[in-house]
Amino acid sequence: MQRDRRKPRRLWPYQLLLFGSLIGLWYGLTEYELLPSFFFGKPVLVVTQLYHWISSGSVFRHLGVTILETLIAFSSGTLLGVGFGMWLGLSPLAAALTDPYIKAMNAMPRVVLAPIFALWFGLGIWSKVALGITLVFFSVFFNVYQGIKEVNPILLANARMLGASSHNLIRHIYWPAALSWVFSSLHTSVGMAFVGAVVGEYLGSAQGLGYLILQAEGVFDINAVIAGMVILTLCALLLDTGVTLLERRLLFWRIDSAPEPR
Amino acid sequence: MSALLPSIPAIALVGVEVSFQSAARTVTVLSGLTLTVAPGEFVCVVGPTGCGKSTILNVVAGLLSPDAGEVNIFGAPLQGVNRAAGYLFQADTLLPWRNARDNVAIGLLFRGLSPRAAAEEAERWLARVGLADAASRYPHQLSGGMKKRVALAQVLALDPKILLMDEPFSALDVQTRHLMENELLSLWSTMQKSVIFITHDLEEAIALGDRVIVMSAGPASHAVADYRVNLPRPRDVEEIRMTSDFVELQRKIWLQLRHEVRQRQDASDAA
Ligand SMILES: Nc1ncnc2c1ncn2[C@@H]1O[C@H](COP(=O)(O)OP(=O)(O)OP(=O)(O)O)[C@@H](O)[C@H]1O
Ligand SMILES: [Mg+2]
Repeated sequence: MQRDRRKPRRLWPYQLLLFGSLIGLWYGLTEYELLPSFFFGKPVLVVTQLYHWISSGSVFRHLGVTILETLIAFSSGTLLGVGFGMWLGLSPLAAALTDPYIKAMNAMPRVVLAPIFALWFGLGIWSKVALGITLVFFSVFFNVYQGIKEVNPILLANARMLGASSHNLIRHIYWPAALSWVFSSLHTSVGMAFVGAVVGEYLGSAQGLGYLILQAEGVFDINAVIAGMVILTLCALLLDTGVTLLERRLLFWRIDSAPEPR
Repeated sequence: MSALLPSIPAIALVGVEVSFQSAARTVTVLSGLTLTVAPGEFVCVVGPTGCGKSTILNVVAGLLSPDAGEVNIFGAPLQGVNRAAGYLFQADTLLPWRNARDNVAIGLLFRGLSPRAAAEEAERWLARVGLADAASRYPHQLSGGMKKRVALAQVLALDPKILLMDEPFSALDVQTRHLMENELLSLWSTMQKSVIFITHDLEEAIALGDRVIVMSAGPASHAVADYRVNLPRPRDVEEIRMTSDFVELQRKIWLQLRHEVRQRQDASDAA
């Protein structure tokens, strides 16, 4: 894999300029009601709303709940996905047996489970966690399953020649290979856990960022809806950056994501 | 000395046949292959590409059981993986998530050494193949030749009685290759292992081996000639190429090999 070693052009001034002009356009259009501000909001009011939420501290409770749901869903979904992925990947019989069910479950749009989870687990955080888990589980499961099945047979043959028992093979070949697939799907699965939490809240809850947006929508407060979206986006970016840092540490041996030599 | 004793061969293949089932037809790769390697003997196998050289090693390694024939290792029929053999594969086999030291150590771990002892032993072997400084590097940070050295250290660290090598140096430039060939010879001379060394470079085969075996063109390949190389040891692979004995032997084997390569081409032209 070749890396582009040319010096990257400094783009951020232009990116900032683009951002500024888009906000300016939005401001102009809504200020003079070329676009109805009832539907499109006003940037100044959005910022005011954000300032109000942050200074009063009320947003942090909701943020905390959503992040908690995301983290629980992410970690349990990943554990379950790795466990089942390893099991089915290593046991062809179990894989053949469960194959049609797994295909069916994967084909189903899993967001429709949200109302059922709300019935089962109530309107607290657990129905959101459950939705997040189902989303994360399948993404991780398929990655691990595929990763296990596609372990290079030469690596396995070499390990066997070096005297590996089947236990050794699982621990030293299959397990690291599976993990590398989990790590490479971290971005997707963190995103899915977040989506699960927010969608779950949006469909029925008493706290969380999804609830905040739902509430604002109920009173047609478009500025609060947009402010909620801004917080959601920032939060997602933050999670994604965290994952990137984690990935750099754990997948350093992959050429394409290797850190620059110091 | 050992030549005087009635020794049991380290490897004895008798009438080995291997076929592969592929898309409704069966291809016989090896047929009636008979080949013996004495303890401490260095045997090189040359043959046209695709004739089944790697397949021979897979059979001797116990990774592939033949459809017919016998495989005896030190007189006992081979069952399962060959515990007496170390196998340097044609393809890259280093684990990308382990650095050079840990890759060399892994076989020792499988043998039950403590991680500490395995790491120390691995460092010693890395030094012996000239990679003492690269112990902490990961495979993607190693050149092709360095990777082969690490793989060689990985195999030799287990001190196998039999060494199977599948075109280990074919991807290297000429200088590095000569360097590694000499290194291999000096390592081998102190260890007295039985070696099957696959190559399609005839000069390499003569420079290294006690014997050179020529395989026929596939399908149904078998050994068509078995030349003894009576060149003095220790050898320097570069210098020995200049001797008249070498040149004469090379000419003789080349004529035979060319015949086999031509046959292979005729076969593929006909297909
Ligand atoms: N697992 C397999 N299934 C089907 N055919 C195979 C398999 N392995 C090898 N073959 C076939 O057997 C023949 C011999 O393969 P082998 O790898 O032993 O050749 P080789 O002499 O080592 O070639 P090269 O010099 O290119 O490495 C080839 O025609 C190959 O297509
Ligand atoms: Mg081969």
